[in-house]
Amino acid sequence: METPIELKYARTHEWVRTEDDVITVGITDYAQDQLGDVVYVELPELGREVSIGEGVAVVESVKTASDIYSPATGVIVEVNEALGDSPEQVNESPYEGGWLFKVRITDLSDELVDAQEYEQYME
Amino acid sequence: MDENLKRTPLHQSHLALKARMVPFGGWDMPVQYTGVIQEHQAVREHAGMFDVSHMGEFRFKGPDALNFLQGITPNDVSKLKPGRAQYNMLPSNQGGLIDDIYIYCIQPDEYLMVVNASNIDKDFAHIQSLLKGDLEFSNESDQWGLIAVQGPKAEEILQPHIDTDLGKKKKNSVFFAQLLGFNVMLARTGYTGEDGFEVFIKAEQAPQIWEKLLELGITPAGLGARDTLRLEAGFPLYGHEFNDTLTPLATHYGWVIKDKDFYGKAALTGQPTLRKLVGLTLEKVPAREGYPVKAAGEVVGMVTSGTLSPSLKKPIAMAYVDVAALDQNLTVEVRGKDAAAQVVELPFLSK
Repeated sequence: METPIELKYARTHEWVRTEDDVITVGITDYAQDQLGDVVYVELPELGREVSIGEGVAVVESVKTASDIYSPATGVIVEVNEALGDSPEQVNESPYEGGWLFKVRITDLSDELVDAQEYEQYME
Repeated sequence: MDENLKRTPLHQSHLALKARMVPFGGWDMPVQYTGVIQEHQAVREHAGMFDVSHMGEFRFKGPDALNFLQGITPNDVSKLKPGRAQYNMLPSNQGGLIDDIYIYCIQPDEYLMVVNASNIDKDFAHIQSLLKGDLEFSNESDQWGLIAVQGPKAEEILQPHIDTDLGKKKKNSVFFAQLLGFNVMLARTGYTGEDGFEVFIKAEQAPQIWEKLLELGITPAGLGARDTLRLEAGFPLYGHEFNDTLTPLATHYGWVIKDKDFYGKAALTGQPTLRKLVGLTLEKVPAREGYPVKAAGEVVGMVTSGTLSPSLKKPIAMAYVDVAALDQNLTVEVRGKDAAAQVVELPFLSK
């Protein structure tokens, strides 16, 4: 499983990339592998105000629908529209093409961990 | 892993293939090996194989076996000749089903019944409570390994390795053969909508034949693909489309109920059918079990199974819907939003 060291991770298997006050969120390699073939992604609306721990997106595999939680409080400023036509990007490129949404944050969860801690948690 | 989960004789074989194991009806079963969609396509286009050893096998043997089976099931077992298999049901006395089953006629006065894995104990107790006449009734579930080889190439792949002309064995045939050096019973039956064979083998030999079937290029497929395949084929699944109270008369399987006397008949046939099991297709978002079906904003039904069809590449679902609402525009409520749904004939995919 790939766990890039420059990212932060939530125990609910989201990854977070921080650039100034905007974070990009996706699901980890481990999470996409557990889910299996992703066939549909429901993304939040632009401008939606979200809170830490709130379910804001849904990733559906052939078998099941899984909630994706916001690791931050803030406003949704961008979503990965490309997943509408190619949800399999979540499987094929979880940390790049498969990103889900971006939040302009006012507060970030203090429970995010680094790659090493996330990997330990996975074991 | 939950230590209380039961294991099939092929458990180690699944672990060796690095299958993802999940609890299913009390069993530790493979949900996928490499991926549901890839396994699904293998079965539709070539051949796949499923471990269905968790299913139960009951034997009925004796001069009264036919009469007894005739009395506890709605299909006409007297039409079942030796070497043939029949889809049938075990009705409850509440108008629903204890289980849906297959009956195989081995020879006159000897039948094998295959039941759903999670219902083995319940079915056995039910049958035991009704038992009468001169027959032996036994639960052989632990003695059998069962592998379903399914797909358009199933016959072609198995033919060079079996001492029987498979071309002469029609759908629903049951026969004994030597396959890959093992004594097996084969049934030309399945649960995928494809041609194929269900291979009954002694439990202890199951891992060896599984290995040889792998060598023939048959793709191992898990419960995930089994579910998408059966749903495309419009097959009901016990616990979803059938249960103790849902009447099969509301489904496209009403044909099983023949004009004869059987246990539970009054309850099964005496109730009006207000809801009907239908197929639904949606535009984009998958509908899942338990999602409400609506007409003009009112709830008129409930989804029983749903997925994204790997073959049709769009969401398909089965749902019970009020008969009175079937000519209206239907929607399925998905996470608070209504998604348009079309009623379609079952099966979704006809082969």
